[in-house]
Amino acid sequence: MSALDLDGENLAASVNLFRAFRVTLERDLTLAYRRKGDFVNPFVFFVIVVSLFPLAVSPESVFLSLIAPGVIWITALLAAMLSLDSMYRADFEDGSLETLLLSPHPLYFLVLAKNCAHWLVSGLPVVLISPFLAVMLSYPSDQLGILFISLLLGTPFLTLVGSIAVALTVGLGSRGLILAVIVLPMCVPILVFGTLAVNASLTGLPVGGYLALMGAMLVAALSLAPLASSAALRISVA
Amino acid sequence: MLELKKLSCERNDRVLFENLSLLVEYGDVVQISGSNGCGKTSLLRVICGLNNCFTGGVFWKGETRDSDVESFRNDLLFLGHRVGLSKLLSPLENLKWSTGGKTEWLEKDLLKALSRNGLQGHEYQPCFLLSAGQQQRAALSRLHLAKEPMWVLDEPFNALDSQAVGMLENIIVEHTRAGGIVLVTTHHKLKIPGLRTVHLS
Repeated sequence: MSALDLDGENLAASVNLFRAFRVTLERDLTLAYRRKGDFVNPFVFFVIVVSLFPLAVSPESVFLSLIAPGVIWITALLAAMLSLDSMYRADFEDGSLETLLLSPHPLYFLVLAKNCAHWLVSGLPVVLISPFLAVMLSYPSDQLGILFISLLLGTPFLTLVGSIAVALTVGLGSRGLILAVIVLPMCVPILVFGTLAVNASLTGLPVGGYLALMGAMLVAALSLAPLASSAALRISVA
Repeated sequence: MLELKKLSCERNDRVLFENLSLLVEYGDVVQISGSNGCGKTSLLRVICGLNNCFTGGVFWKGETRDSDVESFRNDLLFLGHRVGLSKLLSPLENLKWSTGGKTEWLEKDLLKALSRNGLQGHEYQPCFLLSAGQQQRAALSRLHLAKEPMWVLDEPFNALDSQAVGMLENIIVEHTRAGGIVLVTTHHKLKIPGLRTVHLS
């Protein structure tokens, strides 16, 4: 076989892979659109829980602006937890997951497609609404950008890492809180740096380092977490 | 061709099959029969690589399956007991996804495959509105578009009416005439010339 043939074959394989990624992403977005409750409810949960803090703790603006970053971050984490469970469950129950596992393409990219779809419908809305909620909590409006960026880097991490735990537990009959028990400890690092970045910006300290670390964590999760999810899915389906 | 060498599989401390050896040539239809719970589905899942709790070897085209998993999966079409049909999507959307990983089909080809399976007028309805038999037909539409030489079908005749059963038998015969391999589990009496049967007990 000449070098040219080989290149043609590789090209065809990557075109196929790209199409497999695209059809899976499209399928999951369509499914999310048909099953709106799975994603609208966690979003509404996020908005409501954040709004409860001024009512229950204290409406004083000095105090609220102090707790705002933590409140928004923890609530975003809990909202992500609520939406995670639906990522592979329906596919497991109707057998689509087996089709996915027997696809000739690397499972890494197909899992990544599913994770992307999940983040677009559940993570992104939380990121987009967070500045409004932050203003409601008397958060200084000139620092909103940092909060926004920290969530923009943090929420995809939650999806990617959460996906591993969902893949591990998808075969279990009654999951209950096991998902939270696995996911929450794994999300501590991104939570710590996310809130550190926001707090640093409030006190006028440089935030570049924190955001860079969060970016590094996101890149690491992007490259490694789908591999772990794939392995977990193979165990769950066997 | 597919070759199984001394396959053994245990589940929950119960031996499902032991030292099972089988050579399937191109053009063969093999029906795997046996009573409920005897391990038919497990055998198919072992062959496909969904279940790895087994000893022995699975050889495809003379080489072990795992030496080139990618080309093995390219050659394999698996339709499980749960057929991989999302209830919220229409038959067309399901078919587009399940075939889209390997080949890009034009919408008219997909629609043709569905109407050959008797789903005219239901192509755009979500699958939860269809009857069990129609859902099975929607899943089986994949076979009309399949380019894979090896088909592994787990209980494909479930819920089908007699017309659909005849049609599925025809597709299987057509496929084997073209040199394909079909492994199938069913309790249905197949009217297929040259059918081989493996009985698990």
